[in-house]
Amino acid sequence: MQPELLAEARRQAEICNACRYCEGYCSVFPALHRERAFSDADLTQLANLCHNCRGCYYACQYTAPHEFDLNLPKALAEVRQASWQDFAWPQPAARLFQKSGLAISAAMIAGLTAMLWAVQNVGGSGESGFYSAMSHGAMVAIFLPAFVLPLLSVAIGLRRYWRATGGGAVRAADFLAAFGAAARMRNLDGGHGDGCNFEDQDRFSHARKLAHQAVMYGFLLCFLSTSSGTVLHYVFDRPAPYPLWSLPKLLGVPGGMLMVAGTVWLTALKLRAEPHLGAQSAWGGEMAFIAVLFLVAFTGLLLYALGGSALMPILLAVHLGSVLGFFLLTPFTKMAHGFYRMAALVREAGAK
Amino acid sequence: MAERFDIAIIGGGNAALCAAITAAEKGARVVILEAAPKPYRGGNSRHTRNFRCMHDQPLGPLVDSYSEEEYLSDLLKVTAGKTDKALARMVIRQTQECLPWMQARGIRFQPSLSGTLSLARTNAFFLGGGKGLVNAYYRTAEKLGVAVIYQARVTHLELVDDRVARVDFVHNEKPQSIAPKAVVVASGGFQADIDWLARAWGPPARNFLIRGTPYNRGEVLADLLDQGIEQVGDPTQCHAVAIDGRAPKFDGGIVTRLDCVPFSVVVNNRGDRFYDEGEDVWPKRYAIWGRLVAAQPDQVAYAIIDAKSINLFMPSVFPPVVADSVEALAEKMGLPVRETVQTIARFNAACGDSSPFRHTELDSVATTGLEIEKTNWARPISEPPFYGYSLKTGVTFTYLGLKVDQRAQCSVGNQRVANLFAAGETMAGSILGQGYLAGFGMAIGTVFGRIAGEEAAAYAT
Repeated sequence: MQPELLAEARRQAEICNACRYCEGYCSVFPALHRERAFSDADLTQLANLCHNCRGCYYACQYTAPHEFDLNLPKALAEVRQASWQDFAWPQPAARLFQKSGLAISAAMIAGLTAMLWAVQNVGGSGESGFYSAMSHGAMVAIFLPAFVLPLLSVAIGLRRYWRATGGGAVRAADFLAAFGAAARMRNLDGGHGDGCNFEDQDRFSHARKLAHQAVMYGFLLCFLSTSSGTVLHYVFDRPAPYPLWSLPKLLGVPGGMLMVAGTVWLTALKLRAEPHLGAQSAWGGEMAFIAVLFLVAFTGLLLYALGGSALMPILLAVHLGSVLGFFLLTPFTKMAHGFYRMAALVREAGAK
Repeated sequence: MAERFDIAIIGGGNAALCAAITAAEKGARVVILEAAPKPYRGGNSRHTRNFRCMHDQPLGPLVDSYSEEEYLSDLLKVTAGKTDKALARMVIRQTQECLPWMQARGIRFQPSLSGTLSLARTNAFFLGGGKGLVNAYYRTAEKLGVAVIYQARVTHLELVDDRVARVDFVHNEKPQSIAPKAVVVASGGFQADIDWLARAWGPPARNFLIRGTPYNRGEVLADLLDQGIEQVGDPTQCHAVAIDGRAPKFDGGIVTRLDCVPFSVVVNNRGDRFYDEGEDVWPKRYAIWGRLVAAQPDQVAYAIIDAKSINLFMPSVFPPVVADSVEALAEKMGLPVRETVQTIARFNAACGDSSPFRHTELDSVATTGLEIEKTNWARPISEPPFYGYSLKTGVTFTYLGLKVDQRAQCSVGNQRVANLFAAGETMAGSILGQGYLAGFGMAIGTVFGRIAGEEAAAYAT
């Protein structure tokens, strides 16, 4: 990591530690106030604990034009961003994609092209439904490694995070506390329950939290939908497509709709938020990542609606291509934040 | 100015906002004339953090109860009797209904901050501090249709008979005038006008640091006093504390405070001690050290501690000067080395058994045989590394102000000025003439802001 990012975060954390007015906003400040000096490990942990709710910035008596020039959300966002790149495996992939909307778009186009090619040239094998366009065997051959390898990469990154921040043994209670905080997105509540500051400067609102939770729960529903499909396929020998009154659809359709609504809403909010309170250089990468999530969900819904039509093979290729791109990019895009944030919350629960 | 306003509020801090909101809720058309640009709006309220509040039972973030009598006795202790008891009681009594009023207008509280547990029962802390409060009030005021003009420096109120007939101000370098039906002055003290401070206190005041906003220049206060408006408070007095000598000239706020004095040996720039560092705990210590430093040559002092004490007080914003010997520390800090080393050696020799040392209470661990004894927390400065902080006088506010009655109304001689009201720091001298009690400034500002807003609205509509 560039030493100047850590030096700036340290300078600001020391001022915050002498002030303490923001103690009630989120988990960052109680954690910060436990220290007297800030090691690189402390700053990395604080940075990943920060949800960028911006409450501390708008309440700060020392923001520019004051000579102390505090902007803690930005300082921590930059350390956070850089830490993901440092921990990622393989690192060059993170350097390429994380901040670059262009690189992410190019990867997605490559994924789509690959799937279109596969649909045209591999094709089905006399199976019915989606598998008439691409055989089940071909799908498994592509997606099993595309799912397992990124997970392996994330696991390596998390291990590096844990070591770098000096994390010890993990208790079940810490996990529960961390999952609870993420499930309710407690750190975007502002401490008073009025929400965070984002789309309209110092006005508190729940918009960002709700939009984020729509995407997060939508994603989890879609993930469960796919998992239930896998179980139906292998355990109950019931291959896709599934009717509306089946687990994959009952989970997947609302999940997809939540993701579509959430990503559109997040984009609108992000366009109104002040960019200089985050890691500005990563803005393009973050926007592209939201677009990827939108594409995955939207093409999934389209495929459900038009799965019986002649458009099916091409829609299937587009959907599978976007899912492929999403999976492969997971460790190297904003998607990584979910894993590191959970790690930071577990670590904070243990440290309290 | 095409728009016509019923009420002009001069100032943009807590008292001004409480007045503006109250008046607007009564249906008045209100304009706030704030001297600062938007990022610096809110005057010294930006740097505040709590509201001292009476309560008969648990209220909002406050536990137990805090009676009118206890509140008043806490106040009398720090003001040495220089208190208008009737007005003080009125303020104290009204704080209780203010807290829910504040909450209903967007103010959010948090539990007492770490390091301030002693205030958990008496003071309600604003979530995010004073700027969070100021932001919430501006949002509320703007929703009520209050107009806000930033960088509007009020230069003159034209007094005709028993009324303010006109308000002159400069905005965008252009002189402008409005003729509101009533005026509320809530523009603080004059401490940011260093020349005025030097006239009142003497030349040493030029070396003082101003802890708060550079926009409290007292222009309106001077203008009104020149026209014979009744004044209150000692013009030569200001509330001053000892802060980190490296703090910015203005606006350093809370982070420049230094809590290391009780564990230190404090010397002036001749290397001599000048006061018992262990005399008392906060807040009394806090309140007297500003003056003590102001009385030293060049208005500067140096606190020296050793490794034993570095973690006993709140971290400060600037790291201390560090050295492995007292000699090297004195040299690094620009102190006369021989004298400083001698002072520390004499001090160390005068220390006795320090085993009963308790940093959280008056422990009577004292020196014996010194001209100026240290009466508590006296442990030898002996364990390297040694740490040093410079101390300067930091001015919080001035006491000179506008005298008001219980309706927040100003007067000339015995005659009331029909449409002129004052609230906040600019009239706080009407209640306390000396000392300071944490969270009481915000209490005066809120109570008198609401009264001034109500009275101005009643007059104007």
